[in-house]
Amino acid sequence: MMLHLGAWLLLATLVASHPHASAQVIRMAPQSNLTVLDPGWTTAYITRNHGYMIYDTLFGMDGKGKIQPQMVDRWSMSKDKRVWSFTLRDGLAFHDGKPVTGEDVIASLSRWSKRDAMGERLYSFVDKVEADGAKGFRMTLREPYGLVLESLGKPSSYVPFIMPKRVADTPADKQISEYVGSGPFVFAKDEWKPGEKVVYLKNTRYRPRSEPASGTAGGKVVKVDKVEWLIIKDAQTQANALAAGEIDMIETPAFEIYESLKKNPQVQIVNTVPLGYQAMIRFNHLHPPFDNAKVRQAAMAALNQPAFLRTQVGVSELYRTCFSIYPCKTPYESGKGMDFIAKPDMKRAQQLLKESGYDGTPIVIMQPSDLLVIAKLPVVGAQLLRHAGFKVDLQAMDWQTLLARRAKKDPPLKGGWNVFFTVWASVDAMLPVGMNAVNANCDKAWFGWPCDPTLENLLASFARTEDDKERRSLAEQVQVRAMEIGTHAPLGEYLIPVAARKNLKGFVTGYVSVMWNLTKQ
Amino acid sequence: MIRFVATRLFAIVPVLLVVAVAVFLMLRLTPGDPAAVIAGDSATSEQIEQIRAGLGLDKPITTQFVIWFSGVLRGDLGESFFFKRTVASLIAQRVEPTLALALCTIVLAIVVAVPLGVLAAWRHGGWLDRALMGFSTLGFSIPVFVLGYLLIWLVSIKLQWLPVQGYRRLEEGLWPFFKHLILPSITLSVIYIALIARVTRASVAEALTEDYVRTARAKGLPELAVVIRHALANAAVPIVTVIGIGLALLIGGVVVTESVYSIPGLGRLTVDAVLARDFPTIQGVILLFSVAYVLINLLVDLSYLVLDPRIRY
Amino acid sequence: MSVSVAEAPPALTPRRAAWGKVWRNNAVRLGGVLLFTLILISILAPWLGTIDPAGIDPENRDLLPGTSGNVMTLTGENFAHHFWMGTDSYGRDIYSRVLYGGRVSLLVGICVAILSLVVGIGIGLAAGYFRWLDAVLMRVMDGLMAIPGILLAIALVALWQASLLTVIVAIAVPEVPRVTRLVRALVLSIREELYVEAAVSVGTSTLKLLWRHVLPNTVAPLIVQGTYICASAILVEAILSFLGVGLPTDVPTWGNVMAEGRLHFNTFPHNVLFPGVFLAVTVLAVNMLGDGLRDTLDPRFNKRGDK
Repeated sequence: MMLHLGAWLLLATLVASHPHASAQVIRMAPQSNLTVLDPGWTTAYITRNHGYMIYDTLFGMDGKGKIQPQMVDRWSMSKDKRVWSFTLRDGLAFHDGKPVTGEDVIASLSRWSKRDAMGERLYSFVDKVEADGAKGFRMTLREPYGLVLESLGKPSSYVPFIMPKRVADTPADKQISEYVGSGPFVFAKDEWKPGEKVVYLKNTRYRPRSEPASGTAGGKVVKVDKVEWLIIKDAQTQANALAAGEIDMIETPAFEIYESLKKNPQVQIVNTVPLGYQAMIRFNHLHPPFDNAKVRQAAMAALNQPAFLRTQVGVSELYRTCFSIYPCKTPYESGKGMDFIAKPDMKRAQQLLKESGYDGTPIVIMQPSDLLVIAKLPVVGAQLLRHAGFKVDLQAMDWQTLLARRAKKDPPLKGGWNVFFTVWASVDAMLPVGMNAVNANCDKAWFGWPCDPTLENLLASFARTEDDKERRSLAEQVQVRAMEIGTHAPLGEYLIPVAARKNLKGFVTGYVSVMWNLTKQ
Repeated sequence: MIRFVATRLFAIVPVLLVVAVAVFLMLRLTPGDPAAVIAGDSATSEQIEQIRAGLGLDKPITTQFVIWFSGVLRGDLGESFFFKRTVASLIAQRVEPTLALALCTIVLAIVVAVPLGVLAAWRHGGWLDRALMGFSTLGFSIPVFVLGYLLIWLVSIKLQWLPVQGYRRLEEGLWPFFKHLILPSITLSVIYIALIARVTRASVAEALTEDYVRTARAKGLPELAVVIRHALANAAVPIVTVIGIGLALLIGGVVVTESVYSIPGLGRLTVDAVLARDFPTIQGVILLFSVAYVLINLLVDLSYLVLDPRIRY
Repeated sequence: MSVSVAEAPPALTPRRAAWGKVWRNNAVRLGGVLLFTLILISILAPWLGTIDPAGIDPENRDLLPGTSGNVMTLTGENFAHHFWMGTDSYGRDIYSRVLYGGRVSLLVGICVAILSLVVGIGIGLAAGYFRWLDAVLMRVMDGLMAIPGILLAIALVALWQASLLTVIVAIAVPEVPRVTRLVRALVLSIREELYVEAAVSVGTSTLKLLWRHVLPNTVAPLIVQGTYICASAILVEAILSFLGVGLPTDVPTWGNVMAEGRLHFNTFPHNVLFPGVFLAVTVLAVNMLGDGLRDTLDPRFNKRGDK
């Protein structure tokens, strides 16, 4: 530092810069700052995306929703459907050169299963997992389970990334401190400037699959030398930087600048996640007034999907209403049991609220003021609920604080909460068993902690059956029951496309955003 | 004089202590739990407790303070709650941009404001004086970020003369370094120019009424020499004083400017650290700013020795 | 005889003359009138053609200034309205938000000024009058002054909850040390005055002394300081909102409106410019008022007080 100071104060001779000749760099403004580097620690998408850069997965989900092998070369299932054997591909190695073995996989999956709901469910069926030679592993179940591959290939948080055993052995209540994976990029730790930029280098040792990239499956071919994530918080600044060519890509441009970006002849809008995202409201079942199912129903009757979507997104080509807890145009979409949401009626909401015996307890609604793609939902929600007769306390905070606060079971006025709004990748809501919101196992459920044995039984039945018709019927029953007890309410779907300079090509479409396969001309 | 400097340097310690206690208490006594923020989404209460213990947050407040402050006196600012890095290294990474911005701003402000102030004082009471002072008051009143956005829109987007955002370190080239600092410096310096111009005008105007000026004029010295050599030189003390005082304004402006222009400096680090409840970083940065403030004031006082031969310590 | 000396604060007659000079000063007139108008507008906001400033109206989002349209609120109300200053990205009328926003911004400014003055006076009097408190209090004040005010305010608001009270306290705290210094300096100079010594010799109680002799002479410079604090507080509130640690969005403040407008400043600058102009004019008015008061009330005090 003293050296820099000296050079500058003396206004020394022009320090010529020697940019690396022909080093191809892609610069992206990510959706938020990257603070947590452990993808098993938080479901935040920024950490998940970081995970996809440097780690690899056993299976992936291609652009059509099918589970495909990624690190796995071949696998088989025993006749009684209880023993699953997997063999890894040749040439898989971690960034420090060591080959990936079954032991690494076992440790990684074990760590993942302690945090992820779907992983937990899988491991509740598992008797033991053991290594099988240098490049294989075997999973023995207590009884057949129809969602093994869907669990191992799940695209979104928590993702079962494969880490070296020594890293995966970090207890689940501590963050990992070493960032070594076997993925297509290498994390350049000494170039990382927290809050400023994250740097990834091409992993020259990576052996991609031969199939074309699709979703998180196929060949993860990196065609540039370096990818930089530049943390630019301000949406207009992001847009200005993209227009000026100072960055190549904005991961999640705010909807307010969408139109101006679209008009720019050097910018292209790419929809890399066609299924999009589902918005929802979540109630806290532990504390009044939302510990009363009737109050929850009154709230749901006041919610008006078009109002939320038009305010938050505004660009009509990017949103659509969807009156099902499953994403529209996916197998389990159904309209049953969705009366409150499909036909919002403020008068009915006011009536229901009166009948429920609501006593005027103020409800604490948390608003994440810095996560622009969802920041407006709580404001609309607050106003609608006010009109329905609720006393509303809208509290603005940053997303990190919201994440911490929503985990608290304290009473709302003592650091807890009553309502929050969020958005998740629709792929996470495709299956009832993978959808965090409908878990109703009380204390261990997702934040909001609904408690309903009926719903839990339906989910367990779904997990056990493999019959398509039965699955569909059970999924519908799950929806009806979930809306009856008010676990949450869907608020519509929207796309969050990527904005990039026109010279960036090779975007991979799927259910999450990935950065391999991109070229810059 | 040595005694003066030594006394002042020793006086830093009690100031540091007050700042340390104030910031420490403020952070520890607020609701909101950094352990919960670090613990992330699915942590159980036991995990949060473990994290809290790991951070030393379960000890009584006085113990925590003693541990931290004794570290500070040894030069150890602790480790960030979030980034597996020492606070010192985080700060070191961010110091250059803020320092560069601050110094560019001060230089620009002095270069613009002093001549303006002198001009206003010379034509005291005239339309130029009133116009300049009017602009000065306006300069105080416009929010920094509005000015910033206006400048970006005009200069970077419409005219495309300068980059929109970002910072280039000195080692990447002298011109890129300056190019990225021009707009932010202009934005930030407006307040400073307003302040310095006023004080310059007031003190030079007063100096111009003094007897020695009349003597100088009577001797036949050209007006310019009179103004610069005599009036300005004698007005130097209040001008330098206000430069020191204005430092507080500058830091506030730096925070906003770094946010608008996406400059990775200490201002943004502080805001990010506050939002993340990264106590050690917040404490470290505020302590650093406070020490800098005290040292700058000391430098200002020492500069009086040079500027005003009547002053002796 | 000594009683009358102790009873009569000698600054009365010159003070009357000083106030007369005040009203004749141009800066005071202009600033005062502007400020008064703005306060009046804020108070009369409901009757100046405004609608609910928090009324979300998604159909009317992002309208340019001067558009006319039909307001369709979330409760189903429907009426015609002219959007003088356009709408924001929630469809809320900027004109209404600016007028109502003035209430909060001005309230914050005035409350911060009053709070910091009151606390500063208390501590300053104590420090100036009681020698044994002086050293400790002034060390603490020096320390507090070394902390950058804006960082302190950000930390206080972000770590507590963003409410009106928190914002006021957070902005006021960093201003207290400077007021304290000013009051202390005044107290120290006044205590040496002859009439105070005379009052002491007669046995006047400390409290009476402070109230009748010391305090009245601090009024002028403190009013001046107060106006500068007010101006600064209004700007700081805007900065807090801009950085995302201000009041929640359903309470319109100039800072809030600008913070939301910054997202698309290039395409819809009206979100930032209208409240920005109001903010600038208000701060300008308060600053002018302060300048005029300083020039007329008691010039000799102001070489010492820093801005």
